[in-house]
Amino acid sequence: MPTTLLDHLHPILAVLIAISGIMAALSLNVMFCIYAERKVSAWIQRRMGPMEVGPHGVMQVIADMVKLLTKQLITPKGVDKWIFHLAPVVVFAPVVAAASLMPFSSGVLISDFDIGLVLVFMFGGFAVIGIFMAGWGSNNKYALLGAMRSVAQNISYEIPLILSALSIVLMVGAMGRGMEIDGQAVKITGTNLAHITLVQAKTDIWFVVYQPIAALIFFIATLAETNRTPFDIPEAESELVAGFHTEYSGMRFAIFFFAEFSNMFIGSMVATVLFFGGWDGPLLPGPVWFFLKTYALVFVMMWIRWTYPRLRFDQLMTFCWSVLIPLSILNLLVTALVIKLV
Amino acid sequence: MSQKSHLGQLSEHVREDETYYLNMGPQHPSMHGVLRLLLHLQGETILECKPIIGYAHRAHEKMAEFRNYVMFLPNTSRVDYLSGMISNIAYCQAIEKLCSLDVPERAETIRVIACELNRIQSHLLWFGTFLLDLGGITPFLYCFDDREEILGILDRVTGSRLTYSYGRFGGVTLDVDEVFLQQATAFLKRLRKRFPMYESLVADNVIFRERCDGVGVISKEAAAKYHVTGPSLRAAGVAYDVRKAEPYGGYDRFDFEVPTRTAGDCLARFEVRMAEMEQSCRLVEQAIAKLPEGPIGPPKLIKKLKPPKGEFYFAVETARGSSGVYIVSDGSDTPVKLKLRTPSFSNLSSMPEILAGTEVADTIAIVGSIDVVLPEIDR
Repeated sequence: MPTTLLDHLHPILAVLIAISGIMAALSLNVMFCIYAERKVSAWIQRRMGPMEVGPHGVMQVIADMVKLLTKQLITPKGVDKWIFHLAPVVVFAPVVAAASLMPFSSGVLISDFDIGLVLVFMFGGFAVIGIFMAGWGSNNKYALLGAMRSVAQNISYEIPLILSALSIVLMVGAMGRGMEIDGQAVKITGTNLAHITLVQAKTDIWFVVYQPIAALIFFIATLAETNRTPFDIPEAESELVAGFHTEYSGMRFAIFFFAEFSNMFIGSMVATVLFFGGWDGPLLPGPVWFFLKTYALVFVMMWIRWTYPRLRFDQLMTFCWSVLIPLSILNLLVTALVIKLV
Repeated sequence: MSQKSHLGQLSEHVREDETYYLNMGPQHPSMHGVLRLLLHLQGETILECKPIIGYAHRAHEKMAEFRNYVMFLPNTSRVDYLSGMISNIAYCQAIEKLCSLDVPERAETIRVIACELNRIQSHLLWFGTFLLDLGGITPFLYCFDDREEILGILDRVTGSRLTYSYGRFGGVTLDVDEVFLQQATAFLKRLRKRFPMYESLVADNVIFRERCDGVGVISKEAAAKYHVTGPSLRAAGVAYDVRKAEPYGGYDRFDFEVPTRTAGDCLARFEVRMAEMEQSCRLVEQAIAKLPEGPIGPPKLIKKLKPPKGEFYFAVETARGSSGVYIVSDGSDTPVKLKLRTPSFSNLSSMPEILAGTEVADTIAIVGSIDVVLPEIDR
């Protein structure tokens, strides 16, 4: 059992340190992601991207942050005040919680739960509530339409997301039976994120090799869950102006933005753990590998965003219910069968 | 029992209290300026749609009644600012025909080059913004990259990027030089190389095809009913192009085809426009090859003219369709009435019929695919 960093501290102090640590790390990461997204999109579109503030525009994000922080917070007439004001918090809080569950390296993790994977999906599901609150409370038809789309989309795509992850859970349970670490027998749990990585590190084969279909389904579903193109239908700017956050301005908008980028990051982290062996890799230390893989996946997401147009809403739902869900169920059944036979 | 709604009659399957109205525009990211669509929706399905126009009205037609024929020249390219060159030269051609003025062959050929470059430019912009409407951002910047070249080339000879006043009665203002021809040739070569890239980036994309295939079908009958012209008509299978049907400005001396498709959907309109760009490339190449020497206009610039009394109509093919100038003259140097027939207006009129029953996301694709230019509708 790997010990966690904060086991030796007073619990409340540990929680406070952990939360502020995660917030700081997430903020830095979001700033990096925003800069990366602008540069990646610029390169794809044969532009320069931000160049003015600082060398190669590295300070641009900070300038934008300052701008957003100092902007007036507009509360439009006729909004449902409580819901309108709470929505960004409800969207943002689960992101921090989910980020705290990630195993960055062997023994480097903030909280070690045997049901870590379940918790990640649970926190992922929370975001829908916040988005719907934003759409409902805004008293704006575009926002409402965006929120409705978002709820339908996120709930639908959670099914293939979880089903494809389940096949990994089954494999971890089967392969980890009687596994020994440093001569000690360890009880491996399929839903423990650290254990999932451990099994992959031990067998030296990443699950993407055994489960390419599950990996693909998981990645597509993650794109949909994080509202990225080609599934950015809830905030389709050419149709719904800005979707659920149409009426939000200043820092409230920034929090939505923050949550979106963090969600993309967390989705990539989960995919790294499930399919790409987490911290496992030669030579370099564990966290380096972990973040390299995560950012590689984030880059793929950006690449897709700046290449493809957007699906239509009914096409998106049809794709989920008639392609992804049957395929992931089939994949799960085959996995279960193979595990039983082997 | 059918019910009355604000926009008309609802079918009996719809309960009025389950529906709502949505004002799309005049300030909306993809309403191409200031178009306002009043949508009556049930969920995301459009029951009825009413385009509301007039937000960019500048009274061009009224202005024509207060200034003489020469003074109206700069107005023409501001009506359809994306086909500015074609509209501007169309007005000159109308006046020339009305007053029986001769145009030297060199001027006529230069006009063809300029107009076709303008047409390519307009289609490129449409292509980019259409993809933007569908959510693909990158093609937009590639198109603008190409479009910028054309604007630069035309800027060099005409002095303006969009709102040209290049035409003069009986010719053009300035002669083109060797550099212009070289630049145009180089650009065509570059554009020809870009077509395969557009093909693989956009036309072969599964999502793009899903979004466009079978969406927003304008049938031959509907097109005839609303007098839809231009690529939208040709996508429905009617090979009507004013340049072929009523040749003007020396287009009969050139060899080009009128591309058509039969499906009449967004994909067909896309394919027609892409094919038209290639035809325009052919036209420019031919025109450059056979550009004759000679004068580019009448020996003395016409500053005042009095057309004969009567009524007169002249149409050309702009990037959006058949665009006409209707002049009522009383023999003085100012028209009694100058009416501009603009293709976007007729094309947009077909929208209520086409949009009924589609989804909100399709609205954007369909309105985008017919390529409306709002100042042209409002005039």
